[in-house]
Amino acid sequence: MIPEIGHYALILSFCFSVALGVLPMYGVYRNNGLLIWLAKPLVAAQFLFIAISFGFLTWCFAVDDFSVSYVASNSNRALPMIYKVTAVWGAHEGSLLLWALILAGWAFAVSCFSRNLPDDIRAMVLSIMGLISVGFTLFLLHSSNPFLRLLPNFPADGNDLNPLLQDFGLIVHPPMLYAGYVGFSVAFSFAIAALLSGRLDASWARWSRPWTNIAWVFLTLGITLGSWWAYYELGWGGWWFWDPVENASFLPWLVGTALLHSLAVTEKRGAFKSWTVLLAISAFSLSLLGTFLVRSGILTSVHAFAVDPERGLYILVFLGVVIGSSLTIYAVRAPTVKSHAVFEFFSRETVLLFNNIILMVATATVLLGTFYPLIYEATTGGKISVGPPYFNLIFAPLILLIMPVMAIVPQILWKRSPTKDLIKKNIIPLVCGAAIAVAFWYSGDQEVAGGFDLRIGLAIVFAAWLFVSIVKDLADKIGLFSDLSAVPQKIRLLTPGYYGMILAHAGIAVCVIGVAMVSTYSVDKDLRMAPGDQVQLGDYQFEFKGLKKTPGPNYTALTAVILVTDESGKQWLMNPEKRQYPVRRNQMTEADIDPGFFRDLYLALGEPLTNGAWSVRIQVKPFVRWLWLGGLLMAFGGFVATLDRRYRMKGRGV
Amino acid sequence: MTEKQPKRWKLFLPLIGFVLVCGFLYQGLRMEPSKLPSALVGKPFPVFSLPSLKDDTQLLDRSAVIGEVALVNVWATWCPSCRVEHRFLNQIAEQFDMPIYGINYKDERAKALQWLQKLGDPYRVSIFDEEGNLGIDLGVYGAPETYLIDHEGMIRYKHVGVVDMDVWRDKLQPIVEELRSIAVVQNGDGVTRK
Repeated sequence: MIPEIGHYALILSFCFSVALGVLPMYGVYRNNGLLIWLAKPLVAAQFLFIAISFGFLTWCFAVDDFSVSYVASNSNRALPMIYKVTAVWGAHEGSLLLWALILAGWAFAVSCFSRNLPDDIRAMVLSIMGLISVGFTLFLLHSSNPFLRLLPNFPADGNDLNPLLQDFGLIVHPPMLYAGYVGFSVAFSFAIAALLSGRLDASWARWSRPWTNIAWVFLTLGITLGSWWAYYELGWGGWWFWDPVENASFLPWLVGTALLHSLAVTEKRGAFKSWTVLLAISAFSLSLLGTFLVRSGILTSVHAFAVDPERGLYILVFLGVVIGSSLTIYAVRAPTVKSHAVFEFFSRETVLLFNNIILMVATATVLLGTFYPLIYEATTGGKISVGPPYFNLIFAPLILLIMPVMAIVPQILWKRSPTKDLIKKNIIPLVCGAAIAVAFWYSGDQEVAGGFDLRIGLAIVFAAWLFVSIVKDLADKIGLFSDLSAVPQKIRLLTPGYYGMILAHAGIAVCVIGVAMVSTYSVDKDLRMAPGDQVQLGDYQFEFKGLKKTPGPNYTALTAVILVTDESGKQWLMNPEKRQYPVRRNQMTEADIDPGFFRDLYLALGEPLTNGAWSVRIQVKPFVRWLWLGGLLMAFGGFVATLDRRYRMKGRGV
Repeated sequence: MTEKQPKRWKLFLPLIGFVLVCGFLYQGLRMEPSKLPSALVGKPFPVFSLPSLKDDTQLLDRSAVIGEVALVNVWATWCPSCRVEHRFLNQIAEQFDMPIYGINYKDERAKALQWLQKLGDPYRVSIFDEEGNLGIDLGVYGAPETYLIDHEGMIRYKHVGVVDMDVWRDKLQPIVEELRSIAVVQNGDGVTRK
C-alpha cells in the first residue's frame, strides 16, 4: 500500500501543478481576482502532496520494502539507517523526485515571503513555477517512476547503495546543489512575469535579488561540498576534474554570478535591463541543461546516471519547450524595455559590465569545452575529449583579469567616479599584496614548485592585493584611521549588502590562493611499503606499521596503520582503508586525511604487492582547505547580502 | 555612455543559438552509445598499437586479435559488472573453445593483473588501454562491452553489458557458428588461421 499512496500523492501533486500553471495565469489575463487568489493555496497543495510522496518513498527505504524496484536496486538491509534515508536520492528516479520537491518548496517559499509583491505578479510567478513543476512531475510519472513494484517475485534483499555514495557528502551535496539549480527558477519566473506584464523595472530587480542570492548561496555550497566530497571520497586527492557534470553545475554558477551583479545595476541604476532578463533566463536554462547532461548519458562522466534514451529525449523536449518559449518571449517583449540610465566610462556600471563580460567569456569557454566532444562527433564523426589543459589555459587569464577589478570596485562610485586618487589609493594594498605573495611563495618548497610560474605568481599577488584592499576599504569606511569613537556607529551604518560583497570577494581571494598553492606545492608519491618501512616526504616521516582487519556494517575493511612524525617530533597514527562491499562486490579506497589549515596529509592504500608490501599513495597538499574555505566565505557573503532591509520593504506601487 | 537599444533582430540571437544547441543535443541523443552497434557493425576493428597487459614491453597491434572468429571484451577492475561477467567468460572460453581478447580499459596494471590471477584469465591476451584510446576508437561507452569479430577482423556484433550464458546462447553463439562456417568456406580449413 505504502508505495501506491506515494504514487497517488505524486499524481495529485501533478494535478495541482497543472491547475497552478493554468488558473492563476488565466486569472491575470482576465483580471479575475478569485483565480489570482487561487495561486497560493494551489502552491501549498502541490508542495504538500509532493512532500507526502517523498515521505512515503523514504518510508519504503526505511522499512526495506524491496518489492519497490527502486529500493531494491539502491538499498540493502545491512545499510545503516542514515544511508537508507539518503539513498532516496542516490539514483535517477529519487533524485528527480527530490528535485521536484525542492522546486515545489521554492514556489511555496515564494508564496509565503511575498507580501510585498503585487498580487498579479505573484500569481504569474507562481504560475510559471507551476508550469515547470508540471514538466518535472510528468517526467517522474511518465518514465522515471520511483514507486514501480517488482511483483510478485521481489528480491529478499536489495542490491545495496553504491559505496561511493555511502558518505556524509552525499547526504548534503545533492540537496544543496538542487536547491541552487532550482532556486534559479525563481529569478527565471520573475523575469518571465516581468516580460509578460511589461513591468521590467527597479522593483522587479529588487524582488529578484534576494531569491537569486539565496539560490546562488545554495549552488556555491553545493559545488564546494561536491569538490570536497570528490577530494576525500574518490581516493586520489583531486578536487576539480572539469568533468562534464561538474561543468554543468559550474555554468549556472557563472551565469548566476553575472546575474547577481547585473541585477545590482538594474536595481540601483535602471540599466542593463534587457541583459539582466536574458541572464535570469540563461541561469535557469543552464540548470536544466545540466540536468539533461547528467540524465541523458549524452556525455560520458563519472556522475552519469543510468542511461535511457527515452528519458534523454523527454528532457530535451522539455528543455526545448521551456527555454525555447522563454527566449521567444524575450525576443518579442524585450524591445518594450527602455533603459534611460546614463553613466560615464569610469563608473561602477562599467566595472560591473566588465565583470559580466568576463563571466560570459568564462561561461562560453566552459560551455564550448563541455560540448565540443559532442559537436566534434556530430560534425566529423570522430571522438575526442577536452581535458583540464584547455580549461586551465583559458581560465587562468580570466581569473587574473577579474581580480584587479574586484580589488578596486569598492572604491568606485555609481554613474561617475573620480580617477585621480585611484592609483594613489591602491599603491599600498598592491605593495602589501606583493609582500604577502612573496611570503606565500617562499613558504613552499621550491624544489616542488619547479621554477617560477608567472600565472601562479600573479594570481597570488592579485589575491593578496584583493584581500588587503578589502580590509583597507573596510577600515576606511568605518573610520578606523580617523575617529575611533565613531567606529561602532559606522559599523552599524554599513549595509549588509556591503558586508556581503566584501565577504564574498574575500572568499574569491582565499579560494584563488588555495588553488594556486595546492597546484604548485603539492607533493604526491606512490610508494611500495612493507611493514617497518619508513619514508620522508616534505617535513613528514611516514612509517608503515602493518595492516589489520576491521569489520563495518555492510563491508569489511583492511586498515593500514601508518605512523606519522612531523618536524617537531610529534607523532600520530593514520589509517587509510580498503573496503570490500560484498553485495555489489565493490572495492572502495577510503583515504585517511589529516586536515590542517596550512596543509593536508592525504594517505590512500593502493594494492597489495609481493611479500606483504602494499602500494601506498602519500600526498602533502598545502592550503587545500582554502579552496573550500573560500567557497564557504562566498556563500556566507551571499547570505549576508540577502539580509539587507531593502528587500523586505514594500515595493513602490507598481 | 548611454545604452543603445539593441536592434530587434538581435534579440532573436539567443533563441537561434539555443535552437542550434538543441540540434546538437538531439544529434547527441541519436548517437546514444547504446545505439552504436549499428554504426560499428560491419566496420573493421580499429587500428591500434598498445602494450600487452602482462608485459609492458610487448606492443600489440591489430594483427594480435585477428585471424579467427573471436570475442573482444572490454573490462576493468573498477567495473563491478565485469566481475560478474568474468566467470561466464571463463566458462565460454573453456567450454566452447572461444578465443577471447581483453581490452583492459582505463585501468591500473597492478590491479588488473591481480584480478586475473585471482579470478582466472579467459583472455588469449589483454590489451592494456590505460588512456582509453582504443576504447574511443571502438566507441566504448562503459565496461563491460563485448565485440564479436570475424576471421577478417570485421566487427559483426556488439553487446553492451554483461555477457552471461543466456546472452552467449541466444545472441553470440548463433552468430559465431555462422561466421565460423563462412570462415571454413573461405579458408577451406578449420577456424584457426593465425
